[in-house]
Amino acid sequence: MSTTLPAPARARRRPFSPARGLVHTVLVVVCAAWVLPLLGLIVYSFRTIADSATNGWWNALVKPWFTMTNYQDAWTTGGIGRAILNSTLVTLPTTAITVVICAVAAYTLARMKFRGRMTLLAIVVSLLVVPPQLTLVPLLRLFGDLGLTGELPSVWLFQAGFVIPFGTYLLHGFFRAFPEELLEAAALDGASVPRTFFSIVLPTSVPIMVALAIIQFMWSWNDLLVPLLFLGGGADVAPATVQIAGLVQSTGGGLNALSAAALMSMIPPVVVTLALQRYFVRGILGGAVKG
Amino acid sequence: MNSTPLFSLVAGVLVIPALVLLWLALGERLLRLLPARAQDRVRPWLWLALPLLLGGTILVYPLIQTLLMSFRNRSGEGFVGLDNYGWVLSEQVRPVLVNNLIWLIVLPVLTLALGLVIAALADRVRYEWLVRTVMILPMAISFSAAAVIWRLMYAYQPAGAAQTGTLNGMLNQLGLEPIAFLSDPALTTWALIAVGVWMSTGTAMLMLSAAIKNVDASTLEAARLDGAGELRAFWHIAVPQIAPTIIVVYTTQVIFALKIFDIVYTMTNGAFDTNVIANRMYAELFQARDYGHASAIAVVLLIAAVPIIVVNVRQFREENAR
Repeated sequence: MSTTLPAPARARRRPFSPARGLVHTVLVVVCAAWVLPLLGLIVYSFRTIADSATNGWWNALVKPWFTMTNYQDAWTTGGIGRAILNSTLVTLPTTAITVVICAVAAYTLARMKFRGRMTLLAIVVSLLVVPPQLTLVPLLRLFGDLGLTGELPSVWLFQAGFVIPFGTYLLHGFFRAFPEELLEAAALDGASVPRTFFSIVLPTSVPIMVALAIIQFMWSWNDLLVPLLFLGGGADVAPATVQIAGLVQSTGGGLNALSAAALMSMIPPVVVTLALQRYFVRGILGGAVKG
Repeated sequence: MNSTPLFSLVAGVLVIPALVLLWLALGERLLRLLPARAQDRVRPWLWLALPLLLGGTILVYPLIQTLLMSFRNRSGEGFVGLDNYGWVLSEQVRPVLVNNLIWLIVLPVLTLALGLVIAALADRVRYEWLVRTVMILPMAISFSAAAVIWRLMYAYQPAGAAQTGTLNGMLNQLGLEPIAFLSDPALTTWALIAVGVWMSTGTAMLMLSAAIKNVDASTLEAARLDGAGELRAFWHIAVPQIAPTIIVVYTTQVIFALKIFDIVYTMTNGAFDTNVIANRMYAELFQARDYGHASAIAVVLLIAAVPIIVVNVRQFREENAR
């Protein structure tokens, strides 16, 4: 990152000009447009059913009258508490398995020399863009035969397995740039390959691992198709995405309890992504195939 | 489910990763029995065994199976040649392919253009972090939750009734007729694409903004000294330098549009002429229970992705050639 070359605007202060006014206007309008849908839902979720049915949520800004009933309904009849627990049970194991498996694969491909290495890397890169739909039919049958359908491990294995190409590619780029001297020094000290990996490589790669973990956390938490197919829609196993999608399709009119349920389900990924934004951005940038 | 939540959590978060690391440690013990040169030759495969097993089961095996099943009948048994592909190209499926094509053309262009404008402008202000945070926000939201958010945006009541949807409320304030965003077949796909743009412009902006920060400032300064305006300098000097990133952004967005499923599934479930390939496949799988059709339509997705795969692999090989 060339921080030595600051953007022109920061280098020197300029007096106000119409062009700069236009820059600010465009940015403010875009940001407002991006926040508005979410803001609407937040305000909506605190209004009574009667109010929401008769007038728009923006009226609450003029004449505030808030209630928590939507949140109570989402919790009791909407089952969002159980759904968020289920999401956690899907997401945390998936993330842990992904990071470990991808780290092992990427380190091998980046630092060990063996015949077939480039071929495997080419396969990894080509699998990066395979649509998940291509794998569903045979896996439904396979998991059915193995008795995994409806069980949490089916989703862990699918989500972790599906992200192997992305995660391996992301970490491979990092491990290839890892300083050779550190590894050689460890080898001279008599450290075995696994020992070097555990005690030197992994501790120094924490940032890139966190980047992978956040992205996988977000994907897994927000995934609808895979849990829908492999777990089914039953309330005892359905994660938040499946539960909410089911409620969206079954409610025709008011979104009252649904708005509260959707907002509660958003909290974990939004908090994680924004709090660890630096790592998240790094993961997004590192995972794109460079031109 | 017969296991308690805590048990599942511990098993998944701790036990499985621990077993993977144990495998490496035990494998190393066994490797010591071999001569030194053989150790180095066997170790990579020992390390790759588990990733290959998982990736092979979840990705490679089903890919091959899907390819084979696309030539078989609805139950996956009898060979039917190209019948399933004939069905994919029939009148029945064509509207679905057309919708996907609209997504493929419109979404990447819109997100790329918006992402580029926002990245370029935000680079010149002090509150860039705020703009970035706002753009990242939708990326962290699930499609299910986004569907709820956008239901509220698009909510529609016939003219005369009180409008509760955000956009129709605005139109009402301006004295315009309300629009049935989610039930007018001429509009609905476009309304769904707008949701897609809202969700994916953040990715485009992040990548482009990183590239813009790496543009050689002296080249821009030289252009300004030569009398080029900001716009010209950006277009003629910065854009060519970030062209590789533009291509990467474009391909990620094409892939996103290609496999679009969740937005359509949660917002309309394919009604009002909004069906796309992935949703049609889902319907073939669970309503029609026709594995042949479902597989063939999935292969269409793969064929569309092949050019991107070829370009990616070629670039990767060039970068890593040794």
